[in-house]
Amino acid sequence: MSHILQIENLHVSVNDKPILRGVNLVIKFGETHALMGPNGSGKSTLGLAIAGHPNYQITQGSIKLDDANLTEMEADERSRAGVFMAFQRPVAIPGVKTADFLRHAATNVRRPDRKEGQDLIPMREFRKELKSKMEQLKIDPDFARRYVNDGFSGGEMKRAEILTMAMLSPKFAILDETDSGLDADAVRLASASIAEIGRDKMGLLIITHHDKLLEHNPPQFTHVMLGGRIVETGGAELARELHDQGYDRIRKSYPDAEAANQQMLAKEESLAV
Amino acid sequence: MTTSAMTDKLDSTETFGQPAFDRLLEKRIDPTWLTAKRKQAWEVFQSIDWPNPRDENWMRSELRGLRLSKFAPNIDESVEIPEGTPVRLLEGVDVSASLRSVNGVVVSESLDEGLAAQGVVVGSLSRCARDHSALVERYLHSLICPKSDRFAALQAAMWSDGYFVYVPRNVRVEKPIHLHAAMADGQVDLSHTLIVLESGAEATVLFESSSPDVTAKGLHCGGVELIQHGNSHLRYVNLQDWGKGCWHFAHQRASVGRDSQLQWTVAAMGAKFAQVDQRVELVEPGARSQVNGVMFTQDRQHLVYNTLQHHKAPHCTSDFLYKSVLQDRSRTVWRGMIKVSEGAQKTDGYQRNDNLMLSDAARADSIPGLEINADDVRCTHGSTSGRVDEELIFYAQSRGFTRSEAIRMIVTGFFQQIFDRITIQTVREALGAAIARQVRQYE
Repeated sequence: MSHILQIENLHVSVNDKPILRGVNLVIKFGETHALMGPNGSGKSTLGLAIAGHPNYQITQGSIKLDDANLTEMEADERSRAGVFMAFQRPVAIPGVKTADFLRHAATNVRRPDRKEGQDLIPMREFRKELKSKMEQLKIDPDFARRYVNDGFSGGEMKRAEILTMAMLSPKFAILDETDSGLDADAVRLASASIAEIGRDKMGLLIITHHDKLLEHNPPQFTHVMLGGRIVETGGAELARELHDQGYDRIRKSYPDAEAANQQMLAKEESLAV
Repeated sequence: MTTSAMTDKLDSTETFGQPAFDRLLEKRIDPTWLTAKRKQAWEVFQSIDWPNPRDENWMRSELRGLRLSKFAPNIDESVEIPEGTPVRLLEGVDVSASLRSVNGVVVSESLDEGLAAQGVVVGSLSRCARDHSALVERYLHSLICPKSDRFAALQAAMWSDGYFVYVPRNVRVEKPIHLHAAMADGQVDLSHTLIVLESGAEATVLFESSSPDVTAKGLHCGGVELIQHGNSHLRYVNLQDWGKGCWHFAHQRASVGRDSQLQWTVAAMGAKFAQVDQRVELVEPGARSQVNGVMFTQDRQHLVYNTLQHHKAPHCTSDFLYKSVLQDRSRTVWRGMIKVSEGAQKTDGYQRNDNLMLSDAARADSIPGLEINADDVRCTHGSTSGRVDEELIFYAQSRGFTRSEAIRMIVTGFFQQIFDRITIQTVREALGAAIARQVRQYE
């Protein structure tokens, strides 16, 4: 299988405020990419823009999955095309059981042409599959009966996101700080889970501040984002360098991007006040 | 107080006037006590005004479109059930008794012989007022006062028929009793529901009202009285699914005795305008009530609920949860009160109302209230109203749900908390299906 996710000269604004200023990125099926960068550099924005969040307006450039232009698609169409994002803070949907949610999601993603109201994956078949996936990922079977992310701890939410990814088997997955807020054991478990799902069975973009997740899932490529652009790309050694030494070198090497980053941060703060 | 411009057109001496009342008395074969009661109520009807729009219970109501002269009470006997009238609560249910009415007059009765032998009565209220005269006399309009408002007076004077359920001491009716009110297009239903459980009795009653099609017009002015003696257990489900051209006025009361349990589930889908006054009185120590409400409105539907949980005795528990989902330009009003009488110590009262608006033009008024005259009580209340969270929709879309599938799922989840409380699976399923039918396609 060969698929390719191509991002070209991507400009994205939120509330008419430019965040991404010309991102270029190519991810091939089976590759693992790390996306690193200081706070406010635009990492999550890139993920949400790929996933199709309506508040992230693409003002220039394109996102393509093989021949399909994702930029013209709604979020659900992108999901059905094979894009997945594990969110940093997934929302809770009270009253909707995780198993029911996943059954509907898996049906739609596996049968992209399914019309509303058509049958879902048969209950028995789905339950069996879910049960075995949960065993494989060492997730408490009680999860299935709980409401989607409702009252979940930080660790449980991240694991639920990984379970969702396993059930939907996307072509490309973006993991947005899936390791943040987790203790060392939980990160190890999350990393092992990603390995279990099979890094070779998708293209991965791992957004992270840290290198914990990357230790277990060494990237072939590391990209550094600053001021809404990818300013440097390297191999796994770049991720290690950034983890050990921080972003000082990057900030100094790319003063324009650093200025843009500071500007965005300042705006964010003024909005927060 | 002068009659206001908002309601003066309600008056109709043609269809609900003295000649109509006289003809009704003439046609009916009522025991003398009942005729006397009707006449008293008729005097009240003639002496009081229609509700004042400045009255707290009516100020969020809208009676302007109501023309009583377009309706006439059903005095001339029964007709057939109009074709196409849906029955929703019977699917998969094995019933012990059933009553069906058309335009407020019972047209069919059935009751399990074994239960009849144990003294259970399920039948037409008009017939039972004759056949079980003393029993009906004791309880009928014992909880609803005809002076409550002019609609109550009209109903008490002119009620056409209704449903009487009586369960004797220590008799458990295992299978549900099903009551169905059908109303043909443009007709009137002035029915009354009277349910009495003696000490230690147990029953489940499924009541539903419907019209032959969703656009059907009509006028329902009804009453519900649930009377529970000690240690009794009643589950009462009321699905209001009239056509969207119907007017619905109802006074609904329950009186719960010592150590008794009431689970009352209300589902409101139909009617153009509804004004419901629902009260639960906990009259003896240890009484417990749980009231669940599901409202789902669309177009210009306008549903008004005034509710009261009245703790008259100590050591009682009342639990109340109403949830509404509103579409289009519809409106719901909930004004709830927990009232604790003097001496009703150790009261545990709870009320909550949540509203989910699916359009900007929908409006939900939520007004909780407490009136506490005892010092050792726990009463809590809360309410929320808001739009569907776009972040939830996006999350579901990012997992392959279309926007309308996402909204439908969120709505179902919103009601799930109520469904989790409804212990009768077939009712959960029927209400779930009724809701699913009503969710629009969203772009």
